[in-house]
Amino acid sequence: MIPVGFDYARPDSLDAAVALLAERGDEATIMAGGHSLLPVMKLRLAAPELIVDIGRLRELNYVKVDGDEVAIGAGTRHHDLEVSDVLAAEVPLLPAVARTVGDPQVRHRGTIGGSLAHGDPASDLPAAVLALDGTIVLRSPRGQRSVPATEFWTGVFTTAKEPDELIVEIRVPRTGSAGWAYEKFTRRANDWAIVAVAVVDGRVGLVNMGSTPLRASATEAALAEGKSIAEAAALAAEGTEPPTDTAGTPEYRKNLARVLTRRALETAAGR
Amino acid sequence: MSIMGTRVVRVEDPVFLTRGATYTDDLTDERLTGALHLTLVRSPIAHATITSIDVSAAREAPGVVAVLTGEDIDLPAPLLFPGANKAMVRPWLATERVRFVGEPVAAVLTEGRYQGPDAAELVEVDYEPLPAVVDVHASATDEVLLFPDAGTNTAAVYNKEDPDPDFFADCEVVVTRDIVNQRVAAASLETRAASAVWGDDGRCTLFCSNQNAQGARDEVAGWLGVDASQIHVVLPDVGGGFGAKIGADPEFGLVAWLARHTGRPVRWSESRSENMTGMVQGRDQRQTITIGGSRDGRVKAYRLDVVADAGAYPRLGVFLPVFTRMMAPGTYDIEKVDSRARVVVTNTTSTAAYRGAGRPEATAAIERAMDLFAAEIGMDPAEVRKINVVPPEKFPFTTKGGAEYDSGEYAKAIDLALEASDYAGLRAEQKARRERGDAKLLGIGVSSYVEITGGGAFAENASIEVHPDGSALIWTGTSPHGQGHATAWAMLASDQLGIPVEKITVRHGDTDQVPEGGGTMGSRSLQTGGVAVHKASLELIDLAKQRAADILEASVEDLEVDTANAAIVVRGAPGSPTVTFAQLAEREELKVKTVWDGKKPTFPFGSHVAVVEVDTETGKVTVERIWAVDDAGPVLNPLLCEGQRHGGIAQGIAQALLEEVVYDPDGQPLTATFADYGFPSAAELPSFDLVPMETPTPINPLGFKGIGEAGTIGSTPAVQSAVIDALAHLGIRHIDMPTTPLRVWEAIQNAVKEDG
Ligand SMILES: Cc1cc2nc3c(=O)[nH]c(=O)nc-3n(C[C@H](O)[C@H](O)[C@H](O)COP(=O)(O)OP(=O)(O)OC[C@H]3O[C@@H](n4cnc5c(N)ncnc54)[C@H](O)[C@@H]3O)c2cc1C
Repeated sequence: MIPVGFDYARPDSLDAAVALLAERGDEATIMAGGHSLLPVMKLRLAAPELIVDIGRLRELNYVKVDGDEVAIGAGTRHHDLEVSDVLAAEVPLLPAVARTVGDPQVRHRGTIGGSLAHGDPASDLPAAVLALDGTIVLRSPRGQRSVPATEFWTGVFTTAKEPDELIVEIRVPRTGSAGWAYEKFTRRANDWAIVAVAVVDGRVGLVNMGSTPLRASATEAALAEGKSIAEAAALAAEGTEPPTDTAGTPEYRKNLARVLTRRALETAAGR
Repeated sequence: MSIMGTRVVRVEDPVFLTRGATYTDDLTDERLTGALHLTLVRSPIAHATITSIDVSAAREAPGVVAVLTGEDIDLPAPLLFPGANKAMVRPWLATERVRFVGEPVAAVLTEGRYQGPDAAELVEVDYEPLPAVVDVHASATDEVLLFPDAGTNTAAVYNKEDPDPDFFADCEVVVTRDIVNQRVAAASLETRAASAVWGDDGRCTLFCSNQNAQGARDEVAGWLGVDASQIHVVLPDVGGGFGAKIGADPEFGLVAWLARHTGRPVRWSESRSENMTGMVQGRDQRQTITIGGSRDGRVKAYRLDVVADAGAYPRLGVFLPVFTRMMAPGTYDIEKVDSRARVVVTNTTSTAAYRGAGRPEATAAIERAMDLFAAEIGMDPAEVRKINVVPPEKFPFTTKGGAEYDSGEYAKAIDLALEASDYAGLRAEQKARRERGDAKLLGIGVSSYVEITGGGAFAENASIEVHPDGSALIWTGTSPHGQGHATAWAMLASDQLGIPVEKITVRHGDTDQVPEGGGTMGSRSLQTGGVAVHKASLELIDLAKQRAADILEASVEDLEVDTANAAIVVRGAPGSPTVTFAQLAEREELKVKTVWDGKKPTFPFGSHVAVVEVDTETGKVTVERIWAVDDAGPVLNPLLCEGQRHGGIAQGIAQALLEEVVYDPDGQPLTATFADYGFPSAAELPSFDLVPMETPTPINPLGFKGIGEAGTIGSTPAVQSAVIDALAHLGIRHIDMPTTPLRVWEAIQNAVKEDG
């Protein structure tokens, strides 16, 4: 559990981080909370030559209302999401999802930007941002661009982000009082989801039902057509190809997606 | 008032909570100055022939002092379990063949600790894969042999007689079932570690993480071919063992040999990844249970057939089916009991003791059998148990398994658990939920158990020395690693001598100070080492009285201890001269050493009632409550006793619901990280309801039995049974452990399918 040796840099501004990343190219890897990166380094599955630590950049840690949206700095920790008053009022789904991530230590280190960039289909926050129809704001020396969450994840651990791009912000609509719920199914309280379902404002995000976070489009369409919750939820696994591991078969995961979607929709309807 | 039976707070904890423990890897002992760091290159393949090992690049890496392969080691390969087939030796470093993922292949010694893994990556090993043997039944066919020289994969057979075909002939009802007692990992939070240094006197000091210093010393000395007196084992704090740290690991021998070979101290501490394949694992029995009896609930005959997995190299796991067979009938008075066991090698990590070690496997089997029998005759499972348990008037009771149960009130234990849980009320709630068609159903499981503690190592020594300042020092041959002996042993001495607990220091785990000792395992410590401390206290009093007789000018018979003042006084003569233990120690060393030999094990017993909620839509099981009657005789310190029960129950629930070491068909471990291996956290567990019951044993003067493993033994079958019970109305009779959400859901799907 000792990683391969590496160089370490801690730029003191976002601009410096962007510049360093561009300069060192493929050799460099961003580290935010380190709670996905360090485990793979310790297992020697990753061996970056240079770590660019952005974990202490305060300019990346914020939650603020911006027009119809809430803007969240990429370096905002899971715990900060949990306790944010702005989110509690404007996007209550996010604090609820953040609360289910790992354990308190993980939540005090891990960041939303890191979680989204890592691209693990079993992660919680990506599916929540997807269900929220959020946007991911990226910056590189070429400037800034926004990618809709629906286009951000391209495969297991892969995203639309270029190697020299940093996630700087996540933007999500102010859903306010719209119904929402998060149903995370685990073996143990602080495990990753076997399957999880995020529901907000009639949209449904699925965790661990394929190589990327997914939207349950068939369910959303059925809801839009005015079908009952039970009918809509029965379609939640449509088109998915969930993985097999010791915790579940594809059949089992599909069942979970349907059950959890129904439960989440019922909870959302009751709020 | 006696201190016995009171909640004395653990004297160990202030240091643990402030400075923290000092584990082997934390040692700053000056003898280890300049130590080399050992990194082991381990096999990524379960079964393969090694065609070449190239260490040349690794030798050139920064900080490397030596890279060794098996060819470089001039020691005979050890037979880790003396009773096993002599060909099943484990090479120090594999040279011709690897037999499990994680087997050491090369040893890298570096100046700096962090240089080791870099250099290890440069060792090039070519493997030619062989078919992996993972399943015990496949192993038993001997189609693929792990040790061609052995000519068989069978490491041991217990009871070679063919089963009697008429064994169940007089039974009205016979039920049989194949069940799995799955493999689990101890996952102690401190991984394995050892450091060795040879002194100018030609002796080796070996610091290691272990449950038994003396056993580790003897094994390492044997492997190195030196006299045991040449090895001095010192145990620093030990961060959990659960049976997996009993005696030396072959890595310890390697560390000691490398230190001698290089003439420098050598340190080794494994990573978590290494630990999850390198440290011995537990349980792993495939069992066939057959039970027969009459429709009135009387069980007449029981048969247990076991095929146990030794892993790649036979270790203590080969022996454990002996305990399983001995405890096969459990708490029941069954006319005919028959059992046999075969232990085979597979391309997996070796197995050895794990909390309960052979006895939980017996209990899980007989308890499943009782449930199956009850279901078959349509009787309440608690009732069936009560009909069949050994009645109190039959004690001491020699079982068909060959055990002599010392004392027990099994039916009373069941009744206490049923009363505490309001069993009838639970059944009513279960019925109501089923009738309402709730998605979340209730399941109730009842277990009755008896186990054996202090099995095999009945004697233990203790010494007590009182100092002129009034303090006392106890040396014990037990080996606490969380159990709280520093508190408990001090209480036992304080109770007799009147020296306050805070003035008594308890030391252990140094083979020069305590050359003999059985360590801490098999829940033996209190009933052996604790009783030895009690005996030593009495002998110290005798010695003190003899010396005080002169001083006080009274005959020994007229003297007694004044525990309020830690002094010897003349009986019934208030105001007359007294002499304290401290004053006696000032004149002359006041010290005794004694051995207690109980000659026999004891048999703690109890009954658990577990209530689970099963979410039929997802298969998820939540343990709602568990009531535990764990009778281990009189309780010395309820705080420590409850701690043992809590930990045991947690581990037992985890086996029922969550934990399983899984290998794929190629022998690759699928559960080798803490993300994948399902050990529980507090969030998965309910608060435990502990019901008191104390039945002393006649085996020792204090009536103590062992409590370390009881919780594990009673809770597993109760919880497994509760899960199945929740689904009984669907015709489900059995679900193998761990009853994961996936398994439970699949069982429900199959039942519904069969029904429709
Ligand atoms: C014990 C444990 C349990 C966990 N349980 C859960 C769980 O239940 N659910 C869950 O969702 N997650 C879980 N996690 C993962 C955790 O949420 C991580 O913190 C998160 O996935 C990554 O965030 P980070 O800030 O730590 O990223 P890092 O580990 O620092 O980085 C992860 C990856 O993202 C890249 N990256 C980071 N920040 C940026 C950025 N701003 N721009 C571009 N690239 C970036 C890095 O280069 C790296 O490739 C767990 C982790 C641990 C250790």
